[in-house]
Amino acid sequence: MPTWLTPEEYETLAAVCDFLIPADQTPGAAAAGVVDYIDGLLGAFSVDPPRIWAGGAFSGRHGGPAGFTEFHPLTALDELAWRTRIEGSQGRPEREFNGAVVGLQQRYREGLAALGADFCARDADEQDRRLRANAPFTKLVYEHSCEGMYGAPEYGGNRDGIGWSTIGVAGDVQPRGWTDDEVSEA
Amino acid sequence: MTVDAVIVGSGPGGSTVADVLTAAGWSVVIFEKGRNHLVDLEHPERLATDYSNDEIKFLYRHFLGPDPFLEPRTFRTGPADGDHSFVGEVNSIPSTVGGGGIHADGKVPRFREEDFTLLSSFGPQDGAAVADWPLTYADLEPFYADVERRIGVSGDAEANPLAAWRSGPYPMPPGPSMYGAVLSSAAAEQLGYHPYPAPGATNSEVYDGRPACNNCGFCAFFGCPIHAKGDPVAMLQRALRTGNAELRPETFVSRIRTDGRRATGVDFIGPDGVEHSMDARYVVVAGGAVETPRLLLLSGFDHPLIGRHLMVHFQTLAVGGFADLRFHAERGRAVTHLHDDALVPDDASRAAAREAGLPWMRGGIVEHGGTGLPILEAKIYPWGPAHKESMRRSPLRDRMWAFTMQGEDLPVATNRIDLDPTVRDVRGFPVARYTYAPHPHELAASAHHGPRMAAILEAMGAEWTSVVTSPGTAGGPAEKSTPDAPMSRHVMGTVRMGEDPATSVVDADGRLHQLPNVVIADSSVFVTSSGYGPTLTLAALAARAATAMTG
Repeated sequence: MPTWLTPEEYETLAAVCDFLIPADQTPGAAAAGVVDYIDGLLGAFSVDPPRIWAGGAFSGRHGGPAGFTEFHPLTALDELAWRTRIEGSQGRPEREFNGAVVGLQQRYREGLAALGADFCARDADEQDRRLRANAPFTKLVYEHSCEGMYGAPEYGGNRDGIGWSTIGVAGDVQPRGWTDDEVSEA
Repeated sequence: MTVDAVIVGSGPGGSTVADVLTAAGWSVVIFEKGRNHLVDLEHPERLATDYSNDEIKFLYRHFLGPDPFLEPRTFRTGPADGDHSFVGEVNSIPSTVGGGGIHADGKVPRFREEDFTLLSSFGPQDGAAVADWPLTYADLEPFYADVERRIGVSGDAEANPLAAWRSGPYPMPPGPSMYGAVLSSAAAEQLGYHPYPAPGATNSEVYDGRPACNNCGFCAFFGCPIHAKGDPVAMLQRALRTGNAELRPETFVSRIRTDGRRATGVDFIGPDGVEHSMDARYVVVAGGAVETPRLLLLSGFDHPLIGRHLMVHFQTLAVGGFADLRFHAERGRAVTHLHDDALVPDDASRAAAREAGLPWMRGGIVEHGGTGLPILEAKIYPWGPAHKESMRRSPLRDRMWAFTMQGEDLPVATNRIDLDPTVRDVRGFPVARYTYAPHPHELAASAHHGPRMAAILEAMGAEWTSVVTSPGTAGGPAEKSTPDAPMSRHVMGTVRMGEDPATSVVDADGRLHQLPNVVIADSSVFVTSSGYGPTLTLAALAARAATAMTG
């Protein structure tokens, strides 16, 4: 079950992400967990600590304890910033010291609505036309898709490191690091 | 309670002052407006484990601060833009315990001798306040050597024929050369340049109880997960271990209190959101060249030069594509090689200066580097069917090598930091506003040296090259503000030092001419910018200023 998106929105977003980063011989964005990455950000405050900053120092994939799964607690100011960024300022004075802020949740809800409830059922040309007609939203989804595809799996995307393995990067490497020869040789 | 010194800012400047003062038995309180992810305040021998190889946390979620929603900055190129043309993230050097030392990739070169005598050595430039510093390289050399030991610097004292003289070797030998830098150094040498291993605040061996760098590659923009980087951690740990220092993170100093003749302390807002005050014999300001003048202006200080002569290195980036090479730039210390040739005028640069109607021109250090960050790369490619193939072929990451020149930026009085008339931070205080446009010198130097860097890439075998600049044409990360705002984090010069109170704000020991128990200990005091990274020089000046305080 999605954390914040409705099931219908989740399905539309999956189609959008797969259009932006399609499957080829390797999985596309949706299969790699990109929609869960975005849903996890939109619903970051449904868990405590919120899913904003993964912990450190190591992931456990290359030795050491698996610290990434312990997300950092937020201070009151951090929470103000991230709630405003995600939920919008909603007319609350403490969030509007420099004016109203449209949150990511509203941008996604309105952006997905603008693509149409029938987005998934339309052919590629029509999907392409609608995405280009909603360029700022498409750019937002693409940037989040890149983060969900190639960022640390602990944020919900890049399932089992599939984003990294398909392009031949190691992702995080601590505490193993690289040997001097691996740095200096071809 | 009156402490000997309040220190505003825990970056390389403030931490160096704390280290020197506490060793002399002074009591200090260090205020830092950002969070602490560096040291265990109860047990300073323990290091925090919050840093990680996590591109999302550091590049896209403001982990090191400042959060541009809580603490925006504003930008304009000049009054013709109105109050400001942009609000948001402008040149945000980290706001966290350790400051700018945390995110840097740890290149810490010294300046050259003539950087302190720019007016005498090269002469004036129209429209710029070119001047000599009130101290010389020889005055600063012992402090350079001192802070190299405090921070832990690796390097090869014999490798750079263009370097200033040194009283001794580096504390550690250089670490391993990155593969791409091996190739680009060979090409540069072939064309007559003088590449050398970058002096690095990255341990090449166990140093000061901290481990050797293991080449993880998450260096520039990241905190070091294993504390092998010479961010100010060593100085802060030492200061805290004396028992004479207290570090207060998440605490914003809003005002320096004075009785008209001397500073008496500071007002601050702690994590509780409530305003407090503290009395101090000295107030040391080390907030960096943006936040330091902001605090002086918030305090009502009225020297007309506060905030003026803002300098930010003019970046020229030459990139090249190599179909047959993979550089794996995600391994190693981000930048392992530099060359300084653009800092030393030759016949060609003299001719280019004449052609541009300038008396002389200088560039800056040229960094040999690549990129290993896949999200950053992915956002550059267009979306659609070609995306994954682009990522696998990787023309803009794994098959790309680059030179970045940190060009000298001349001091111009109209380039300045002041208080924005309308935009506020989360605590209700006016934010810093940049007013900045490059001097013709920077544009001419960039136009001269850019193609020369591209020529080295061609000699190295590049199939294509491209030159971009910041400010100017460089895009940077997708959410990067405005191409007019300089990307370099090397901000300097807004509280310049000098002997004459009419033409400078502080003296050679960093003391405000008007209030001598207020000491500025960061790159605000720089008279000219040179073309070298500012960190080691500002730390050396901070060590010198703190030594002068203790007598």
